[in-house]
Amino acid sequence: MSKNTLAAACALLLLTGAGVGAGAAQAKTLVYCSEGSPENFNPMINTTGTTFDANRPVYQRLIAFKPGTTELEPSLAERWEVSEDGKTITFHLRQGVKWQSNSRFKPTRDFDADDVLFSFDRQWKDDNPYHKVSGGGYDYFNDMSFPKMLAAIDKLDDHTVRFTLNYPQTPFLADMAMEFAAIQSKEYADALLKAGKPELIDQEPIGTGPFEFVVYQKDATIRYRAFKDYWGPKPKLDALVFAITKDPSVRLAKLRADECQVMPYPNPADLPAIRADANLQMLQQPGLNIGYLAFNTQKKPFDDKRVRIALNMAIDKKAILDAVYQGAGTPAKNLIPPTMWSYDNDIQDFKYDPDAAKKLLAEAGLPDGFETDLWAMPVQRPYNPDARRIAELMQADLAKIGVKARIVSFEWGEYRKRVQQGEHQMAQLGWTGDNGDPDNFFVPLAGCAAARSGGGNSAKWCNQQFDDIVNKAATLIDQKARAQLYMQAQVIMHEEAPFYFIAHSVVFMPMRKNVTGYMMSPLGAHDFSNVDLQ
Amino acid sequence: MLRFLLRRIGLIIPTFVGVTLLTFAMIHLVPGDPVEVRSGEHGIAPERLAILRHEMGLDQPLWKQFLHYEGQVASGDLGTSVVTQDSVWTEFIQLFPATVELSVCAILFAIAVGLPLGVIAAAKRGTGFDYTLMGASVTGASMPIFWWGLMMILVFSVALGWTPVSGRISDQFYVQPITGFMLIDSWFSDDAGAFRSAASHLILPTIVLGTVPLATVARMTRSSMLEVLGEDYIRTARAKGLGRFRVIGVHALRNALIPVVTVIGLQTGALLGGAILTETIFSWPGVGHWLVEAIQRRDYPVLQGGVLLVAVLVMLVNLGVDLAYGLLNPRIRR
Repeated sequence: MSKNTLAAACALLLLTGAGVGAGAAQAKTLVYCSEGSPENFNPMINTTGTTFDANRPVYQRLIAFKPGTTELEPSLAERWEVSEDGKTITFHLRQGVKWQSNSRFKPTRDFDADDVLFSFDRQWKDDNPYHKVSGGGYDYFNDMSFPKMLAAIDKLDDHTVRFTLNYPQTPFLADMAMEFAAIQSKEYADALLKAGKPELIDQEPIGTGPFEFVVYQKDATIRYRAFKDYWGPKPKLDALVFAITKDPSVRLAKLRADECQVMPYPNPADLPAIRADANLQMLQQPGLNIGYLAFNTQKKPFDDKRVRIALNMAIDKKAILDAVYQGAGTPAKNLIPPTMWSYDNDIQDFKYDPDAAKKLLAEAGLPDGFETDLWAMPVQRPYNPDARRIAELMQADLAKIGVKARIVSFEWGEYRKRVQQGEHQMAQLGWTGDNGDPDNFFVPLAGCAAARSGGGNSAKWCNQQFDDIVNKAATLIDQKARAQLYMQAQVIMHEEAPFYFIAHSVVFMPMRKNVTGYMMSPLGAHDFSNVDLQ
Repeated sequence: MLRFLLRRIGLIIPTFVGVTLLTFAMIHLVPGDPVEVRSGEHGIAPERLAILRHEMGLDQPLWKQFLHYEGQVASGDLGTSVVTQDSVWTEFIQLFPATVELSVCAILFAIAVGLPLGVIAAAKRGTGFDYTLMGASVTGASMPIFWWGLMMILVFSVALGWTPVSGRISDQFYVQPITGFMLIDSWFSDDAGAFRSAASHLILPTIVLGTVPLATVARMTRSSMLEVLGEDYIRTARAKGLGRFRVIGVHALRNALIPVVTVIGLQTGALLGGAILTETIFSWPGVGHWLVEAIQRRDYPVLQGGVLLVAVLVMLVNLGVDLAYGLLNPRIRR
């Protein structure tokens, strides 16, 4: 008897043990070694990629970027219409979209027009009760000129919202796919306001996305689980964990030990070892960015385009890419990266030719060269791994044509400020695109409005013809017509050479071999909605 | 004794003001402010910059900002992070147990290993063991923590697979923080294996953070022991025919411990400095990690409040050591 009982107990134990084991095997959890802590859980307020990544599983927008591209596709809006004059955009909202829930909040209704109005009013209107919550600095909303651009947002019915603009602005649609245009639940906001804890909306987010937020342990982990009522294709993972790991070498160590399955931003020096590791795979893609050297065209001798072209011919780009980017960059010949629509591939980059450069300088009245400064930022940027080293290489090349360049640097914030004020003669800087629209490169980096002191056009270059073209392109709806204009703009820019384009950096994503379905985003977003583990 | 105590406590207040002034001055010497730092390549329109700076009170003269801050601290308010909008105190309380847990383990490790090693080295003075140990302790005391941590990870976690790479507990466990001390919380959690996981995550960071204090404790114990071993009463004890173990372990060690206790106390401050690096390498969510981030984001309230709290802690530990020392050694109670 007792023997039987023991046997039965053992069998039961084994069975339950097996059951537990099987359950554990079925729950598919992907651990992502993220590079830092999110500032909070609201993509309207913060501007860092780290915070955007932490919000991406939860929040959605009316429009989305098609995975792996910068093309737009419907998301919470099923479709939209733009009026003839380009000033009215009507969004038809998707029906039957469920809101997530948490211990404080159970939604009683689906997503509707009130949520859209709330999400934009919060950023736009001083009298919205949430406007000041969580600090209330809506940087992107302001940067993308929404307060200037928006005339009205109206609810036509529960599932139709109309945006009226003060002037036609086609990149508006791409803006609407940006992180800051996330849709929050008005019902949740109202409930929190009533409970006297409005700030929780940005700490315990409720969204419509494929994953629900579970818990954030400060500086350690963020946990999500698949949202079972998600309107789109169900995520293949059951759970998603962000393990915050700041040091790139440690991230790689965790990846190798299978403590995480995907990591961003590897050390360039580790790339060969990652490629050699049989357990790992690595995806790569040119980033949506540009690193350049800007000539201050409002200062002598850079007001003469012959000098700018001469310098473009005097610097050996290949040497910089080999020595500094080490395979993590593609040489740049245009302001926009080759993955962006309207990229003009017919433009021939200036050939490295010191003799021709010297001749051109002599033509410009500077046969013995000149003295100049050459600014290098003190920090690594996504588009420029080592500005100081690049400056040294440039300095050596320029010396060959008699140009004596003195390398200058400041603390990063100070550096940007001074370059924007135009204190430099030549300065390195760069840009990472926000929404995949060419307008987002041409206007803030080379437009006349940005050439004022304090503006982002660090060449301080104002070419009326170029400016008219890019401004006109922003008002057209037809993408083909826009692309043609941007191509013309690139030709002018090449002829005038206000910049020496260095490179577009390549972004790498190492991951375990068993990760499938991960698609790199040209915008640098890390998205796990279609990812699976084999 | 009471007068001694009051005097020590009285000294804390000027130190306190000094620390706030110093932190305040230093972060304001660093160019850039929270608004500019977050604007990145986008830059920020001067009008908006002015508004945001005004909201944060950054447009006030520095002395006004400082007085305002002192007043705020005096009333017990450490302010709110300009980045997360959480109160500095809440954040500190969430993160501090992780630092304490790691530091306590590191100091215990340093004592448990360093003390016996120092005693043996003294007892075997001039032998190969002594020389090796002292050589190793010089290396240990000057070990660059960042390099050391990465090496340990590469060897024990990646190559051998014995220990986890980083974090406080494996991601498969979610332990509800109650005390904030992962060892304690995981012990009481329902998840079998959580405690084991938490303990195994502590091994490498403990060794890395404990290395410098270990070397210091070993050296201090050795030299203090050597001094004591030369005393007359030790010779007397030996002459009485006491065993070698009893002479060293009981008569000598007790007296040799007094300076070692002081060194351990002083190491606590150094330990917090080391914790910043150790926490960064091992993704350990403690105050060190938090302060580094605050510097990068120019999160003034977090930086000021955090440094202040850490300083208070070091002061308290030093006070504790002073008191303990006063108890041990009546000569300094005046």
